[in-house]
Amino acid sequence: MSTPQPTLPSVSRESLAHQLREKLPRNAVLTDAEDMRPYECDGLSAYRRLPWIVALPEDIAQASYVLKLCASHNIPVVARGAGTGLSGGALPHEAGVLLSLSKFNKILEVDPVNRTATVQPGVRNLAISEAASPHGLYYAPDPSSQLACSIGGNVAENSGGVHCLKYGLTVHNVTGMKFMTMDGELIQLGGKALDIPGYDLLALMTGSEGMLGVMVEFTVKLLPKPERAQVVLAVFDEIEKAGDAVAAIIAQGFVPAGLEMMDKLAIKATEEYAKAGYPLDAEAILLCELDGTAEEVSEGIAEIRTLLLKQGAAEVRTAKDEAERLRMWAGRKAAFPAVGRLSPDYYCMDGTIPRKHLAKVLTRIGELSKEYGLAVANVFHAGDGNLHPLILYNANNEGELEKTEALGSKILEFCIAVGGTVTGEHGVGIEKINQMCLQFSKGEIEQFHALKAAFDPHGLLNPGKAVPTLSRCAEFGRMHVHSGKLAYSDLERF
Amino acid sequence: MATGDQDKSNELAEAVKTAVKNRARLTITGGGTKRFYAGDVEGDALDVTGHRGIVTYEPTELIVTARAGTTLRELEAALAEKGQMLAFEPPWFGEAATLGGTIACGFSGPRRPYAGSARDFVLGTRIINGRGEILHFGGEVMKNVAGYDVSRLMVGALGSLGVLLEVSLKVLPIPAKETTLWFEMPANKAIDVINALGAQPLPLSAACHLGDKLYIRLSGSELGVQAARDKLNGKTLDKGNDFWHDIREHRSRFFQDAAPLWRLSVPPATPAINLPGKWLHDWGGAQRWLKSEAPAKEIQEKAESVDGYATLFRRSSRHGAQFHPLPKQLSELHRNLKRAFDPDGTLNRELFSPVQSAA
Repeated sequence: MSTPQPTLPSVSRESLAHQLREKLPRNAVLTDAEDMRPYECDGLSAYRRLPWIVALPEDIAQASYVLKLCASHNIPVVARGAGTGLSGGALPHEAGVLLSLSKFNKILEVDPVNRTATVQPGVRNLAISEAASPHGLYYAPDPSSQLACSIGGNVAENSGGVHCLKYGLTVHNVTGMKFMTMDGELIQLGGKALDIPGYDLLALMTGSEGMLGVMVEFTVKLLPKPERAQVVLAVFDEIEKAGDAVAAIIAQGFVPAGLEMMDKLAIKATEEYAKAGYPLDAEAILLCELDGTAEEVSEGIAEIRTLLLKQGAAEVRTAKDEAERLRMWAGRKAAFPAVGRLSPDYYCMDGTIPRKHLAKVLTRIGELSKEYGLAVANVFHAGDGNLHPLILYNANNEGELEKTEALGSKILEFCIAVGGTVTGEHGVGIEKINQMCLQFSKGEIEQFHALKAAFDPHGLLNPGKAVPTLSRCAEFGRMHVHSGKLAYSDLERF
Repeated sequence: MATGDQDKSNELAEAVKTAVKNRARLTITGGGTKRFYAGDVEGDALDVTGHRGIVTYEPTELIVTARAGTTLRELEAALAEKGQMLAFEPPWFGEAATLGGTIACGFSGPRRPYAGSARDFVLGTRIINGRGEILHFGGEVMKNVAGYDVSRLMVGALGSLGVLLEVSLKVLPIPAKETTLWFEMPANKAIDVINALGAQPLPLSAACHLGDKLYIRLSGSELGVQAARDKLNGKTLDKGNDFWHDIREHRSRFFQDAAPLWRLSVPPATPAINLPGKWLHDWGGAQRWLKSEAPAKEIQEKAESVDGYATLFRRSSRHGAQFHPLPKQLSELHRNLKRAFDPDGTLNRELFSPVQSAA
C-alpha cells in the first residue's frame, strides 16, 4: 500500500483563515506572502516553498482546533519548530497549513529529585540544561546547533550531538511525551517513569519527522554534570592512522564522552575562523574527551595519551585548563560556519558508516570531489560513525547546486554500499527521499506507509517527506538491489 | 562460527505465509523460559530456536548481530571473551533463554536505570511481518534516522508485530571494577538517599532496597570506584555479583512464595506506595516488585495515581502476565499498528493484552 496523497482542499484560503481566527488570535494566522516568507524554508535553504497558511497556536486547545479543522477539510499540516533542521523536513506544503510551535516555549517543570524536565516543543535545547544547571544537572544530547534548535525538532529528528556515543541520542533521553493525532486527539505516553505500557510508541514517535503526530510536550531525562571533563587533541599525518586510533581506543574498553575527527580542509577552515590552535599541516586531528569522576578521568587520559602515541600520533596535546578545553571544542563546534566562510555555499551530508570503513569512504569522497570539481571538507563523529562531508559550492554558478546534489547523492550511495545509512541524525525530510529507495526494499517501504496509515489514515501530516512513494522510487530509477534482483522490477518505469 | 549455527529465515517466512493462506494462527516459541509471562495461547508453534548463531561481531565498533534463536549464554560468552557485555543486563529466567525472547519481552536488569534498557541498545532488526515478508530495519551503525524506528518498536511487542529473525545491539565494555555497598535503612529513606545520589556524578550501576537494606553497586575504573566507595562510606557486600544475579533472575528469597508478583514502573523518587504486600524497590526506585494478593484494580489504580503503571508479572496460573489497561485512543493506535504489521492476526494473536483489554 501507499500513503494516500491529499486531494485538493474543500475550502478557499480566505475561508479557512477565517475559521482559524475563530479560535486563534488574528495575528496568529498568516496568509500574506510577505508575512509567510520566514517560513518558506528550514536550515536546508536550497529548498523553498511558501505555505498556503501559517498558524501559530498558543496552547494545546488551539493546536487541536487547527488539526481538527484541517482534518475536516482534508488539508495537509506541516509542523515546524525552530526551523534549524538540515533535511527540509519542515519545508511547507503549497496547499497546506504550516503549524509553527514557536509559541510553545515554556519549561513547565524541572524536577531535580526525579531528574527530569517537562518542556514544550519550542524550548531551545540549551535552555533545558541552563534551567537544570542550578541543580547540578543537564540535558545530555547536544546537537551543534543547540543554541538555536528546539527540543520539538530534536525529538522529531532524533538528534544526536558530539556526546552521543556515551550518553545516547534523543530517543535515549525522552521518558514521556504528549502528542496530537491528525484529528486533534491528545495522547500521553509515559512521564517520569523509565518505561511505558504497551508498544514502545515513545521510540517510534522519536525521529518520525512529523509524519505520525504533532508533539506538544516532552519529559526528558536530566543527568548529573560530570565532576570533570578532559580532552586530548591528537595530530595525525595520515587519515588511516586516525581511524585506527579510534578503533584502538574503543578496543581498550573506553567509551569516550566525545570522539571527533576532522580532515585537512575542515582543520584549515576552523583554524582560520575560530583560532582553536589546530595544527595546519595535519592530515587529520582527533579530539577525544573523557568525563566522569576526577580519578577516573585522570587515569583514563594518561592511558589514552600513551595509546594515541603508540598509534602513530605525531603529537598529543592535553588541555591544560578548562579554557583550553573549551577552545579545543570551539573549533569543532564552529566547523559548519567556518566552512561557510571558505565558500559562498556549502551542503552538509549526514551518512553513517561502520567505522572500520572510514578510510575507504574518505578515499572515495576524495575521488568524487576531484571528479565533480567541488571541494569537500569532512567532520566526523568518529565514535559513532556519523560522517558530515561538507561540499563547498557557489549557488550563483549555474548548475553548481545540481552538481553538488549529484555528488552528495553519490556519497550517500557509497555509505549504503559499505553497510551504512543515508542519515545519522539530520533526518530524511525532502532532501534524502530518493536515497531511501536505495536503502530500503519495496516491502520495507510499504511497511513504513502502512505504519504511517495506522496514525494518519488520510496522509495529511507532512505529506511527501521521510518515506518515498513507490512510484517516486520507480521514477528515481536507481533501486535497492538485493541478491542481484531489482527491487521494484514489477513497477512501471516513468 | 559455533557448531549448529543455522539461517532458517526462508523456512520461517514460508511457514508464516502458509499459516496466512490457511488462516492459521502461530505462536512464536523460543527457549520457553518466559512462558510464565506470555502464557499458554492457542496457535501452531513457530519454533525459532533452530535459527541461531552470531552473524557479525565487531568489538571495536561495539556492535553485535545475532539470530533470534541464539541463547543468551552463547551470546554473552562471546562478548565476555572480548571484555564486553549486554549493558542492559537481561534476566535469563532459565538456561534456554534466547536473544529473540529477551528482546520480544523487552526485559532489562538492575543496570537499566544507569546504562539503559533493552530497547535503548537495539540498533537494528530483521523481522518477518504478518505477510511472511522478510524486512530489515535500522542497521549496524550507532546512529540511523532513515525511516521509522521499527527496530525499537519490536522491543517488548511480544512478537505480535513480527517474528524477530536478527537483532543488532550496541554492546559496552565490562567495567574494570565493580563493588557493592550496603546501608541499613527503611524503604522511604532509601528512596530519598538513592535519588539524591543519582543527581551526583557517581559511578552508580545498580541500586535496590530489599528487607531493611539499601544496596548500591558501583562500576568503573579501579580508582573511580575506590573514590566513590570512600565517599559513600557503606559496608562492602562480599558476594556482590551473586546478589545482583539473584535479583535479576528473581532467585532472591523475596520472590519465593506463591503470592502473585506485580511489577510497578513509577517515577523513581515516588515515596513508598501504600498497598498490602511485600516490596522490593529496584532501579533506584523506578521499578518496584510487589508480592500481593490485592485486587488488580486496586494495584493498577494506585500505580496510575503516582503517574506509573502496574503489570501482573507472574502468577501461578498459565494465563501469563496481565497488562495495564490503556486509554481508548491509545489502544486504538495499538490495534491499528497490529493491523499494519499483521493484517490477518496470524502472529501471537492473543499475547498482547493491552490490545485485548481495550477491545
